[in-house]
Formats: sequence, C-alpha cells, structure tokens
Amino acid sequence: MIVHPTTAGMLLAGVLFVLGLISILVRRDIIFMLLSVEIMLNAAGLAFVVASSHWGTADGQVMFIFILAMAAAEVSVGLALILQLYHQLKTLDSDEAAKMNG
Amino acid sequence: MFPALIPLIPFISALLLMAGWKRFSRIGVTVTGCGSIGLAAVIAIIIAMQFSANGEQAIVQHAGNWLEAGGFKTGFDFRMDALSVVFVLVITIVGFLIHVYASGYMHDEPDYARFFACMNLFVGAMLTLVMADNLLLLYLGWEGVGLCSYLLIGFWYKDPANGYAARKAFIVTRVGDTAMAIALFMLFQYTGTLSIPGILENSTHVWSVNDGMITVIALLLLGGAVGKSAQLPLQIWLPDAMAGPTPVSALIHAATMVTAGVYLIARTHTLFELAPAAQTITAVIGAVTLILAGFSALVQTDIKRVLAYSTVSQIGYMFLALGCGAWSAAVFHFVTHAFFKALLFMAAGAIIVALHHEQDMFKMGGLKNRLRGVYWVFLIGCASLAAIPFVTAGFYSKDQIIWLSWSAAGGHVGLWLAALLGALLTGMYTFRMFFLVFYGEEKTKVHHQPGNSMMIPLYILAVLSTVAGFIELPHTMGHVTLFSNWLQPVLPAVSVLHESLAMEWTSQALSALLALSGIGLAYAWVVKHPKGMSDFLEMPAIMWLRGYWSRGWDFDELYNVLLVRPFVYLSRINRRDLIDTLYTGLGAFMEWCHNVLARTQSGLLRWYILSVVLGAVAILSVLIWRIYL
Repeated sequence: MIVHPTTAGMLLAGVLFVLGLISILVRRDIIFMLLSVEIMLNAAGLAFVVASSHWGTADGQVMFIFILAMAAAEVSVGLALILQLYHQLKTLDSDEAAKMNG
Repeated sequence: MFPALIPLIPFISALLLMAGWKRFSRIGVTVTGCGSIGLAAVIAIIIAMQFSANGEQAIVQHAGNWLEAGGFKTGFDFRMDALSVVFVLVITIVGFLIHVYASGYMHDEPDYARFFACMNLFVGAMLTLVMADNLLLLYLGWEGVGLCSYLLIGFWYKDPANGYAARKAFIVTRVGDTAMAIALFMLFQYTGTLSIPGILENSTHVWSVNDGMITVIALLLLGGAVGKSAQLPLQIWLPDAMAGPTPVSALIHAATMVTAGVYLIARTHTLFELAPAAQTITAVIGAVTLILAGFSALVQTDIKRVLAYSTVSQIGYMFLALGCGAWSAAVFHFVTHAFFKALLFMAAGAIIVALHHEQDMFKMGGLKNRLRGVYWVFLIGCASLAAIPFVTAGFYSKDQIIWLSWSAAGGHVGLWLAALLGALLTGMYTFRMFFLVFYGEEKTKVHHQPGNSMMIPLYILAVLSTVAGFIELPHTMGHVTLFSNWLQPVLPAVSVLHESLAMEWTSQALSALLALSGIGLAYAWVVKHPKGMSDFLEMPAIMWLRGYWSRGWDFDELYNVLLVRPFVYLSRINRRDLIDTLYTGLGAFMEWCHNVLARTQSGLLRWYILSVVLGAVAILSVLIWRIYL
C-alpha cells in the first residue's frame, strides 16, 4: 500500500497533537503539562510544513518559524508561572491550584 | 377687603400652631386659635355688609393661578355671593363660638395646641369649600375637611377604637368623594370648564332636561353629597364619629362639614334641575334617611349618639327639601340647624364634663337643679330641634320643608307623610333625651360647674336658635321672606303647585301637633310611667327591635357581609400574591441556572482544558458538517 507523503505527514501531525492533548488532560504535573503543550505546538507546526510542501509554497515554513518564536516566548512565561506556583504552593500539582477558585 | 383673607387667616394660624406646637403657651394657643376665627368672622361680616350694600353683586377674587396646562387653567378663585355669604357667616360665627367653648372644654388637654391647629385647619378648608369659584378648589376644600375630620375624630389616638372610628369615617366618605371626582371629570369633559358659573351656564346648552348623561353626573354628585352628609346608604360613619372631642362633634359633625353635601347640591342646583330623576332620588334618600335615623335616635343610650342620629335625620330634611326643589328652605334649615345642633352638642359636652366624662343617659338624671344654666339652654336647643311652634327657629325652617315636600313641584304626598312621621320621631327622641338627663332621680354627682368660656357661647347660640327663625315666616304667619329674598340671585324660588292657605294651615297644625305629641309620649315614657314603659320595652319582640334600631338598622353588618368580608377573604387568598409568583419563579429559575453553571467553575485547570477542547471539537464538527455534508 502506497501512502501519499502528505497524508502520512498529516496523520503524524494528528497523532502527535492527540498524544499531546491526552497527556495534558491526564498528567497533573504542571511541567509535563507545559511539555505537552509544546508537543501540540510542534504537531501544529508539522502540519504547516507538510501543507506548504504539498502546495509547493514557503508560507507554511514561515508560519513554523512564527510558531517556534511563539513557543519560546510561551515557555519563558510558562516557566516563570510554574516557578511562582511552586514558590506559593510547594508543589507542582496543577489540581492544587484549584484553591485559587473564585 | 379681600374675600381670600377669610380662609387664609385660619390657615395661617393653623400653620403657626403646627410649627410652634409646644413653644406656644396655653394662653397663646387660645388667643391664636380663637382669635383667627374671630378675625375671619369680623372680615366675613364686613364683606357681607359691603356685598349687601352693593345690591348683592357677587364678589370674585382671583388670588393666584393653581394649574395651567394646555387649554386647562384653574386658579384660587374665591367667590362671595348670596349662598356663600350665608355659609361663610354661619361657619365663622358658629365656628368662633365653638372655638371659645373648646378653650374651656379642652382646658386640661395636654395636646391643646394640636387640637386648635386641626380645628383652624378645618375652618380654613371649610371656608375654601364654600367660597370656591371652581369645582377643583371646592374639591380641595372638600378633601381638606375630610382630612381634618379624620384627624379630629382620632384626636385621642391612644384608644384604638377612636382610630377605628376615624378610619371608618375617612374610608366611607372616600366612597362618595370618588363618585364626586368622576362627576368633576365628566363635567369638565362635557362643558370644558371647571368654573362653577361656567358649568351652570354651559350645562343648559349642552344638555336638555332628562338627558341620560346629566342624570348620571347629577347622581355622581349626589353620591359625593351623600357620603359627606352621612345620608343613606353612607350614613354609617357619623354615629361612630362621636369618638372625637365634643367641640369637634359640634363643629364638624353637626354644624358645618356634614352640611357640605347640602351646599354642593344647592350650588349645582341647575344640574339637578336638568335631571328630575336625580332630584327625586335626592328627595327619597332624604325622606328615608330622616325616618331611619329618627328610629335609631329613639333607642340610643349614649347622649352623643342620639345627637349624631338626630343630625343624620335633620340633614335628611335638608336633602328632602333639595329634592323637592325648595333650595332656600334647605339652606334655611342648615342655618337654624347649625345654631341649635351646635348648642345641643356643646350643652351635652358641658353635661358630660360636669359628670366626669359620663355619656350614658341612663346614668344621668335629675340634673335640672344641679346644672341650671345648661338646663335652660338645653331646653331651648331641644325645643328648636323638636320644632315647638312659634317660638323656635327650628319650627319655621322645618315647617317650611314639611309644607313644601307636598306643595312644591317636586313634592309628593309620600314625602310629606315621611316628613310628618319624622316630626313625631324628632319630638320623641329629643325629649326622651331631655327628660332622661334632667328629670328623675340623680344618679351621678355633678363634679363641677362649667365655666364662663363654655357657658357664654351657649347663651349666644340659645338666642340665635330662637330668633333666627323670624327672618323667614310662612304665608300663614306674617309672610316674611328676608332669607329667600336674600338667596334669590343664586337659588331660584321654589315653584309651588298647591297654593292654598287652608292646606298650609293644616300641614303646620299637623306637624306642630305631631311634634307636641312626640314630646308628650316622651314625657309619659320617661317621667310619668317609667315602670309601665320598661315592662313594655322588655318584651322580646320590642327588645329585638330596639337592638336592631340601636345598631343603626344593621347597616354596619350588611356592609360587613357584602363588602368587608369578601374583601378580607380575597386579600387572604391573595396573601402570597398569585401574579407575583410568576415573577418570583422566574427569578428562582435564573438562580438555579446560576448555581449549576457556578459548579463548572471548579478551578481545576484540566477541566477547563477539556471544556475548551470539547468546545473546539463541537465548533469544528459543525463547520465540517456545514461545508462537506
């Protein structure tokens, strides 16, 4: 069976995205949740790259560069928040933060 | 002199007394309270003399604008014509005498200033009522006197029964006032003005005689008059109104306010002439009321309630006269009634005070030699009320009504017979009261003699109750018509159908005979054969009848069953407000939704993510569905 490379790439991106999603819902450790977000971002980036190679344009690769920049910014903000959370709660469990409910 | 000063002075003094309240000394209150009415009386007399000298040219003063909206304009217009001069003079002069009397009667009262403030306010409102040139101002005075009546009936507010009586008076008269307000709206709609001369002039162009609409308006006006003047079917409030201090009963519930209905009908007589049906109803109401109230007065034990029922009965005579078209006879009876009924009330007040606030006649008795002065003035008052021939004012005014109730254009034999029966009843209940109080054995010791401030007004009123009758004598006795001539410019002369001296003699002789036999019956009943009478009165059927009459023919119970209980029942089933339940339910539903949604705000990050994902999936599914399928 010959699979079209675009289809294979898209499937891979989908699988990666769903894996990231599942892990973000399942894990409680907030660092792993941040990692899962990164996985989902990369899945989205992969989908852009595959699509741009399919259409033969560079737009998707430009978008991927944007995503990388955004991911870097997100990680820096995210890590700062995680540090603050740990400082306040002495734990990395995201469910513990539910006490901020209000 | 400005007519507007007459009501203004009592108003100003009422304001002063209200604002000053406890800062005034007792003397200060007396001088302000009585002096203002005295001053108003002097001004009224001066204006009346000017008015008379000018050939009875009506004086109208525009004292300011009240309302101005679009084409509608009404102001504080005061009018002095023959009719209002009569009322203003009676109100200010009798009012002044009652105020002087009250300064003695209420001497030990802690709320002395409040009493005089309310009394002055009342006089001001009453003068506004009778001097108003437009119906709106008249209505202002009309409601003003109702308010003061409420305030003064409930003057001793610490007793809940007095508060109840005050509310009853206010609510029952409100029924009539509502009818009158509707009549005012209709008059404005049809005639385009509220000015009284304007309405009277336009009415003859707008309506023909017996027009349906004018009959409705006249009946609504009659409703207002019936409420204020305590006539059938709204007479129930007046006997209870005796809860107020006695000077209040004398001023408001005998001499002035309760005759406002008579004034209203006399003032709008043109409308009633256009509606003969309404006029007949007026006469019938008067005739029925005077008999019912006469029977009730016959069996009362409280001296003030006898006088209250007798007031209802005498105003019945006035309504009878109005209904027969004998306008000036009604106003004449108002004048004499104001004198002798104020006299009787104040004399009764003197007795009540002398006996340490005892109002039960069966606990009085034998006071003839103990209260000499009061005995004589009370006798004069009773004689005038019972219409003893020739020497009393009451005879000339009542006799005129009795004669005209048959001979006038609107008269009828039935009305005449009712008036004669009323004369008999009046003689009986008046002198039953008189003999019970002054004859027989002494049952309660006299506590102290009434002072000069109480006795001098009584002497003056006793003189007035006697001589006031001589200004209008019937054809058979000299034929003096000073009073009806005076009213001629405002109130047309009565049209007499049966002009017969012999018949008039008969009517007069009959009414005199009936009044005297009523007195004789009372004498036999109370003084001569008290034992035999009490045996007769103890018979079961008579006992029942006495109870029935003394409860005022059970009108209270009737209204209780017909109106009060259904109303209370409705308000009880509607206590939780059925309509409001819908809105409360809507609110409760919203609150429930809020609680459900608030649950989802758990603070659990992963739940939020899941809901975002589910939302995204849902939106994408819908989009895909719309695009591809």
